[in-house]
Amino acid sequence: MFQFIIKKLMLVIPTFIGITLLTFTLIRLIPGDPIEVMAGERGVSPERHAALRAELGLDQPLLVQYFDYVKNIASGDLGRSLITKTPVTEEFLTLFPATVELASCAALFAILVGLPCGIIAAVKRGSVFDHSVMTFSLTGYSMPIFWWALLLMLVFSVNLGITPVSGRLDVTYWIDEVTGFMLIDTLLSGEEGAFASALHHLVLPSIVLGTIPMAVIARMTRSSMLEVLGEDYIRTARSKGMAPMRVIVVHALRNALIPVITVIGLQVGILLSGAILTETIFAWPGIGKWLIESIGRRDYPVVQGGILIVATIIIVVNLLVDIMYGVVNPRIRHSK
Amino acid sequence: MKKGLAKLSIALVASAIAMSAQAKTQTFVFCSEGSPEGFNPSLYTAGTTFDASSKTIFNRLVEFEVGTTNVVPGLAESWDVSEDGLEYTFHLRKGVKFHTQKKGFKPSRDFNADDVLFTFERQDDPEHPYHKVSGGSYEYYSGMGMNELVKDIVKVDDYTVKFVLSKPEAPFIANMAMDFASVFSAEQADAMLAAGTPEKLDLDPVGTGPFQKVQYQKDSIIRYVGNANYWQGAPAIDRLVFSITPDASVRYAKLKAGECHVMPYPNPADVEQMQKDADINLLSQEGLNVGYLAFNTQKAPFDNVKVRQALSLAVNKQAIIDAVFQGSGKIAKNPIPPTMWSYNEKTVDYAYDPVKAKALLAEAGITDLKTNIWAMPVQRPYNPNARRMAEVIQADWAKVGVTAEIVSYEWGEYLKRSKQGEHDTVLLGWTGDNGDPDNFLSVLLGCDAVGGGNRAMWCHQPFNDVIMKAKQISAQAERAPLYEEAQLIFKEQAPWITIAHSVAYKPIRKEVQGFKVDPLGGHHFYGVSLK
Repeated sequence: MFQFIIKKLMLVIPTFIGITLLTFTLIRLIPGDPIEVMAGERGVSPERHAALRAELGLDQPLLVQYFDYVKNIASGDLGRSLITKTPVTEEFLTLFPATVELASCAALFAILVGLPCGIIAAVKRGSVFDHSVMTFSLTGYSMPIFWWALLLMLVFSVNLGITPVSGRLDVTYWIDEVTGFMLIDTLLSGEEGAFASALHHLVLPSIVLGTIPMAVIARMTRSSMLEVLGEDYIRTARSKGMAPMRVIVVHALRNALIPVITVIGLQVGILLSGAILTETIFAWPGIGKWLIESIGRRDYPVVQGGILIVATIIIVVNLLVDIMYGVVNPRIRHSK
Repeated sequence: MKKGLAKLSIALVASAIAMSAQAKTQTFVFCSEGSPEGFNPSLYTAGTTFDASSKTIFNRLVEFEVGTTNVVPGLAESWDVSEDGLEYTFHLRKGVKFHTQKKGFKPSRDFNADDVLFTFERQDDPEHPYHKVSGGSYEYYSGMGMNELVKDIVKVDDYTVKFVLSKPEAPFIANMAMDFASVFSAEQADAMLAAGTPEKLDLDPVGTGPFQKVQYQKDSIIRYVGNANYWQGAPAIDRLVFSITPDASVRYAKLKAGECHVMPYPNPADVEQMQKDADINLLSQEGLNVGYLAFNTQKAPFDNVKVRQALSLAVNKQAIIDAVFQGSGKIAKNPIPPTMWSYNEKTVDYAYDPVKAKALLAEAGITDLKTNIWAMPVQRPYNPNARRMAEVIQADWAKVGVTAEIVSYEWGEYLKRSKQGEHDTVLLGWTGDNGDPDNFLSVLLGCDAVGGGNRAMWCHQPFNDVIMKAKQISAQAERAPLYEEAQLIFKEQAPWITIAHSVAYKPIRKEVQGFKVDPLGGHHFYGVSLK
């Protein structure tokens, strides 16, 4: 197991180098001069243009720019945003808690709904419930996020007035930012009703963001469970007179979970890398929106730094998933 | 028993006081469209940044009267201009207080001439200790030509400052009302420099404006409190909140749900529904902008005025307004918008007449003309859908025998290439900065702007002479006839097809009082209250 982790970690180094090279090249392959984009219709004089290029280090040969970039990463410096002039790491750290908070709630929603639905659909195969779950999950999977978000918003926020339209907290609460996690900060503030408001604001975005992962988890759990339920040892367990619940939970589910964990891991990785549409629609101050806006503005340091951090998160999550395999599946745990 | 009753009554009175205090606290929510780039308006160019900084936190020596482009006294009570137009002396207002931060800077003195000197010297002097702080690019200061224009800034006394110019330039006073001229506290700057954190001045500045910034969470929220010591009187709003909401549909949903009081930039498609909404007042004003198609007058056959006139006659502008603007635009006949002084009502536009256009093209000896129309890849108030606009023009020109190919590039590339004159015809536009006609006519059509803002690459001496003359006269009454004449020359020469001025809609909640639409595009909350 230990060797397995070391081997995985070794693979991370070339992946990192590949990511730095890819982000650095790809953003520069997109035509468009960041200075022209910044200046807009107003434009800048050729002298000012040249001076700005020199200030931003864009007048250097690409290879020199790349090595400077890698050197800075090695010393923990991801550079400053060309637009706001703030360090990339600082901007990331301000926005990441919001993404984590939303991703965690969305993942929780997806697992808590998707997993039981998948299990029940498999056990009651062919029933009305099974068909309903399958139809619902297919719809959830193929639904355009922005449409789904606006629909829920119109029904629950505008027409019924049950949930807030967007944001993280009601504007009447003035909470100091301590951790960046609104649920924690509202608790720390001690302001009455603030925590409930923060929770309230999480409901719709979590459902919207969690819908696709929920559909994926439900479908994967169902098919994996069906496969396991057809195995000989399940029949043996049943013929031994074991309680049906025990057969499903202890014997079938544990084995069926391996591919489901892979899927959950992948989904969590995606969720943590920022949900562009959900964040934009619900005015959620996360990293997805930040990265997309930076690409539009040709803010090279933010795009490069941001993608590098997001890639790191995905790598770490995948590593954790691999370790989880070992916990769930003894064959992996005991293999050399 | 008596003690208990007394306690109960005290508690009741206390809670009643607390409740009435709470009821009196007015929280005003503006659903802004994005995060500001920062809080120093001299470093940036976006309207979003100006709303969050210069319109709330700061004042300038002179201000634009809200709702107009008239320049009125601000931190300067009055100003004199020398006879040769080279010296502007500002007499500063006394007793103006800077904000006091709860945790942070606490000013020890009122606003004075040192603050004015700091504000402008920082932008002007490359050797100034603050010049390079926070990236040190002052795009508006240099873009408006202030580096060359301002020769010297002299502190006459604590409450008098003199600006010495290198040449007479009438728009100078309007420039001084622009966002980049927002006055900072020199005392705060010194304190930050001494603490070794000069960049904090740009992140958390104090100003003299109606609202004081309290908290900012990127992409989420900006909180301000009303400045009780504001020199024009405390604002009616106690708390001002910018709830950052990038999606226009969501802003509308929040407005409907009462989660915000004012929203900028509605979707044109939502305007009709907003008009019917009983909870919403839909304010509107023609924007200070113009959308146009510029002919490259240095390329044949567009160097021929007859060809330009013919192609102007061939375009059905009303069809463009209907198809592209969906009611949020008006036909433009002059290169400056109708809300601007000196707008020439007498200009006669090229009425849609394909037959006459064909005849004029034949007269110019043009047959089977093949050309291109550049269409911007981005949405702008003066052109919400350039591709669609280009298609309408393409179809109109086809009717007079002109084949046009539509070309588009990534935005930065588009601006760069069109500046270099690679196009035959190009769609672009402009939003005014300071309400002065020179800011349109000189920046977009002057001879000096060829290779820069002048996408028509048009240098017509009679036109240029008139606008240059107007620039050097201080009195507006004398300048106006010159600009009116310039507009007639422009129309006759047709370097552009003037297409549209947008109409800016501002949906506000019914309970909002005193909100005025700014023709310069900003959002002001001083003087605004809730019913």
